[in-house]
Amino acid sequence: MTLVGWAQIAALFLAVLLTVKPLGLYMARVFSGERTFITPVLAPVEKGFYRLAGIDETREQGWLAYTLAMLAFSVAGFVSLYAIMRFQDVLPLNPQGFPAVPPDLAFNTAVSFLTNTNWQNYAGEATMSHLTQMAGLTVHNFTSAATGIALAMAVTRAFARSKVATLGNFWVDLVRANLYVLLPFAVVTALAFVAMGLPQTLDASVTATTLEGAQQTLALGPVASQEAIKQIGTNGGGFFNVNAAHPFENPTALSNLLNIYVMLAVSAALAYTFGQMVGDRRQGWAFLATIAVLLVAGVGLAYWAETSGNPILTSLGLDPAMGNMEGKEVRFGQSASALYAAVTTGLSDGGVNAMHGSFTALGGLVPMFLIQLGEVLPGGTGSGLYGLIVFALLSVFVAGLMVGRTPEFLGKKIEGREMKYAVLAILILPVAILGFAAVSAMLPVAVASIGTPGPHGLSEILYAFTSAAGNNGSAFGGLSGNTPWYNTTLGIAMLLGRFAYVVPVMALAGSIAAKVKAPASAGTFPTHTPLFVGLLIGIILILGGLQFFPALALGPIAEHFAMLAGQTF
Amino acid sequence: MSSQKTSPHAPAAPGLFAPAILGPAVVAAFRKLDPRQLMRNPVIFVTEAVAALVTLLFVRDLATSGDAGFSGQIAAWLWFTVLFATFAESVAEGRGKAQADSLKRARSELTARLKHEGSRIEKVPATTLKIGDVVIVEAGELIPADGEVIEGVASVNESAITGESAPVIREAGGDRSAVTGGTQLLSDRLVIRVAVAPGGGFVDRMIALIEGAKRQKTPNEIALSILLSGLTLIFLVAVVTLWGLAGYSGTVLSVTVLAALLVTLIPTTIGGLLSAIGIAGMDRLVRFNVIATSGRAVEAAGDVDTLLLDKTGTITFGNRMATDFLPVPGITEKALAEAALLASLADETPEGRSIVALATGEYQVPAPAAQPDAVIPFAAETRLSGVDLGTRRLRKGAVDAVLRFAGVEPARAPEAFRAAVDRIARSGGTPLAVAEGDRLLGVVHLKDVVKPGIKERFAQMRAMGIRTVMVTGDNPVTAAAIASEAGVDDFLAQATPEDKLAYIRKEQEGGRLIAMCGDGTNDAPALAQADVGVAMQTGTQAAREAANMVDLDSSPTKLIEIVEIGKQLLMTRGSLTTFSIANDVAKYFAIIPALFVATYPGLGALNIMALASPQSAILSAVIFNALIIIALIPLALRGITYRPSGAAALLRRNLLVYGVGGLVLPFVGIKAVDLVVAALHLV
Repeated sequence: MTLVGWAQIAALFLAVLLTVKPLGLYMARVFSGERTFITPVLAPVEKGFYRLAGIDETREQGWLAYTLAMLAFSVAGFVSLYAIMRFQDVLPLNPQGFPAVPPDLAFNTAVSFLTNTNWQNYAGEATMSHLTQMAGLTVHNFTSAATGIALAMAVTRAFARSKVATLGNFWVDLVRANLYVLLPFAVVTALAFVAMGLPQTLDASVTATTLEGAQQTLALGPVASQEAIKQIGTNGGGFFNVNAAHPFENPTALSNLLNIYVMLAVSAALAYTFGQMVGDRRQGWAFLATIAVLLVAGVGLAYWAETSGNPILTSLGLDPAMGNMEGKEVRFGQSASALYAAVTTGLSDGGVNAMHGSFTALGGLVPMFLIQLGEVLPGGTGSGLYGLIVFALLSVFVAGLMVGRTPEFLGKKIEGREMKYAVLAILILPVAILGFAAVSAMLPVAVASIGTPGPHGLSEILYAFTSAAGNNGSAFGGLSGNTPWYNTTLGIAMLLGRFAYVVPVMALAGSIAAKVKAPASAGTFPTHTPLFVGLLIGIILILGGLQFFPALALGPIAEHFAMLAGQTF
Repeated sequence: MSSQKTSPHAPAAPGLFAPAILGPAVVAAFRKLDPRQLMRNPVIFVTEAVAALVTLLFVRDLATSGDAGFSGQIAAWLWFTVLFATFAESVAEGRGKAQADSLKRARSELTARLKHEGSRIEKVPATTLKIGDVVIVEAGELIPADGEVIEGVASVNESAITGESAPVIREAGGDRSAVTGGTQLLSDRLVIRVAVAPGGGFVDRMIALIEGAKRQKTPNEIALSILLSGLTLIFLVAVVTLWGLAGYSGTVLSVTVLAALLVTLIPTTIGGLLSAIGIAGMDRLVRFNVIATSGRAVEAAGDVDTLLLDKTGTITFGNRMATDFLPVPGITEKALAEAALLASLADETPEGRSIVALATGEYQVPAPAAQPDAVIPFAAETRLSGVDLGTRRLRKGAVDAVLRFAGVEPARAPEAFRAAVDRIARSGGTPLAVAEGDRLLGVVHLKDVVKPGIKERFAQMRAMGIRTVMVTGDNPVTAAAIASEAGVDDFLAQATPEDKLAYIRKEQEGGRLIAMCGDGTNDAPALAQADVGVAMQTGTQAAREAANMVDLDSSPTKLIEIVEIGKQLLMTRGSLTTFSIANDVAKYFAIIPALFVATYPGLGALNIMALASPQSAILSAVIFNALIIIALIPLALRGITYRPSGAAALLRRNLLVYGVGGLVLPFVGIKAVDLVVAALHLV
């Protein structure tokens, strides 16, 4: 570990910290329907959308109507994306003449982009036409992120309001998330990326003559624009197969920092938005502190593991001072790779600038465990916030009784009904991850996809379902996922991770909204203090750890001790 | 609990593990193994299912000469885990049983003399009485059912339910008309209209409550059960899938060890103690001579934000006392004292008597010799009393009433008179005016004496986040003075029952939970509206019906203790939940290396407790998991230590003790058990 390495890490967190408040306040105004500096320009467009779609923007929906609208929108999105992929061979904007995407892969990919996962069982530059990339995948990069933000705002309103039946209007929140948040931010970021050298063209490729005189075809496309929304919307689906390790997606250390910054910015700011909208900014800061502590710990552990290197390689004559550079880009090194890995998994981004499967065992455990903690650090745009709220409710419930009152969060009593929905939600992750992973570990057709024998192979399977169920989308590498088994099961895991999670959360929000918001007193469980932050961290770690520790012991932890013992498989 | 703060009349608490309780509790613990009963408790039900499964495996191991010694011991300890949980509940129930039994005996052979229309009287068993029946009770008989006195006055011995042997007066009409079934009439004769259906009476409710038999889970208990069931499901998933994940590396895990892992991970500690904690909380209330009609009310007591406290009897001693005579210029103190004394002779209120005492005592006014011509007794309507002695028409009473009597405009009253009235009112006292005919003589200073220590009590309440509101019939100025002297947060002056109700509604509208106590029929609506309504045992039937708690000691200060008991109950539940979940970390470090060390020897590094062998590690974790339930029964029954303080301080302390303690203790405990297991060569 070096000072420069830590300086890069510190610079990133500082940058995020600086924009949390302005961005958070801006979003709070947008979703409260208040004027912002950009309203004069965008309001007519917004109104145009409503008139076109016949939406009464003043009419709010209850939790069920809101959720049904979200589901209907998702079904429509799935069908259209699936159709575009299945018919891309006959549709325009296919300069490379790619064939139609096979059904299982199309299912997997459509679910993947619909759920903001962006797991890619294909190489984008060699499978998807420009139309699929732009009208299909990129559109979902916007809408899936906007859906997440909309849901988070609905849940936020449940805590902000007292004794109401409505949580907002899904269509209005969706349009505003796109129009006021994602789109302007994406335009600015895409221009910055172009300035940093990312290609932005409709040309398919350029042919270059290498130093040896050979001809090389370099794939091109509208990379900068897709890269921008890929990160802002915590999508993570790269234009190129190797994602942000590719020099056209992420050419320099500076573009690397910008990549990480834009993926963190909105999700982190949403925590502040929450605090602002519920009328207690300290709550937002408490959430941010929780996120920061766990994320920095994750970055630190991965960075340390990668610089510590691999004793087996040292014994083969490699300089231990180099640490582990396998699977990393030299222009990023261990610090920026560890930083990217932790942030992309603490968020549900899933883009990568290094191959997580090539990390040391513990270095690879960090991104996997960060996803297993529930994608709340700070998680996907929106989805992270409502995930964190569920954890906060659980913390308040377990420990809140210790102050001698029945549990409450932000003045809302947490009772049997809320617990039921919260428990339903947190059940999804272990069922989807451990269930599918255990079946796959025993199923020959699934085991055949593994790239590495020994405990690392189990890690590959575990990581794939972790990434899918957590709607992360990053790949460990090594596992050949483009098989009917994985395309189907990973697709189901993604659907469970998104919809089976959010429906109970929305029911929870509906129940919370209907409750009276009690004022705080000296006897109220304080949820904005360092003590609560510590408690929330403890609950997230213990719940995540207890569920996944046995599985992790068989994967990365076994691999780590085997590595120390010099054992290979 | 910080001290045994039991009520003076409370039945003596049996020791936690008195033989009289232990014996039956052991029997009951076995009876509760019935799966149909255990279904109510999902965590322990799962444990029982797993224990049964491992028992089958043990039998199979015996038949196939497998490792029956190991699976047998695991099975035995799993059964112990279940038994310890049912035992905890039995002990908690057992503590109330003795009291319930004596109540039952008193009730069982009751007969009633039922009065039919046309005054025909028939002897019937008390259990056949219906609401609205009219019964007659003579001296020496037991009252057959809860009801309202419609005719007669009598003294009643209520010691069967209150423990208080001094008889109380019950009479038709007014606030002392309610009688309780099972209590004994000592004198006279009462005609009573039955107010409750058989089995629904006060004593029946009390029995059901103490026995815990028909105990309903409280809302928070239900919510906690849901969370515990969810955790159980999650660990079921984690353990079952482990079989497949381990199979990948060729490790075949036996069902016995997976069962052991499951039971140590699911929250058996809190699952086993949860209902015992709830029963013990109710039991603690009973010991304070408070009967709650539902567990819900006890929980609500912990949540209370605002206490509505009657000034009289709670904040101040019941009676205002005369402390000074303040004459107008031209009248001596002695003359004023004499006039006040004469005017108070017919005033039997405590205030009136205190004037007599002050005048004859400190001011040495001789008792009057002349017989008055006319006596005007104190009445609530006139608010004055007095005498007519020849031409002297002496009156004493509320200032405005006396002014009216004297025909003096308030503004035209002597300067000194008005100043005295003002000063007294501002200081929280009550001024009484004394007049002779149309002449004002002066003012008597009546003082409300605030109970010592009450201010500190309210400061504690404030630290706990509870607002105290004083309810009084006094005028706002007087009320404000007493309020500031007693240190309450707010007051409700000149309060009518409607004002109380409106205040409660307003507070509830803002999301606050309110507790209040009352005894009169006109308190009933407010008692019903309040989240915690405590009726006095001496109160009317209507008040007792509307309230969700009845205080057998009829002490208005009880409200504060009730809140503390509610809080302690919730804190005990939360602390043991946190403890239970924190325990799991250590169990992983015991069991996971034991499961996989054969496949991946490196995982032996996780055996940080250096447990003797994989088998002893698993057995030790299971044994510890069972023993911790027994070890925590006293804590569950007694409740955790409670000191009134703010939420932040409570959380810090309890998180340290039960959270961090829960993390650390099992490492020590499992290691200790392992040492014993290894020394005895149990595996």
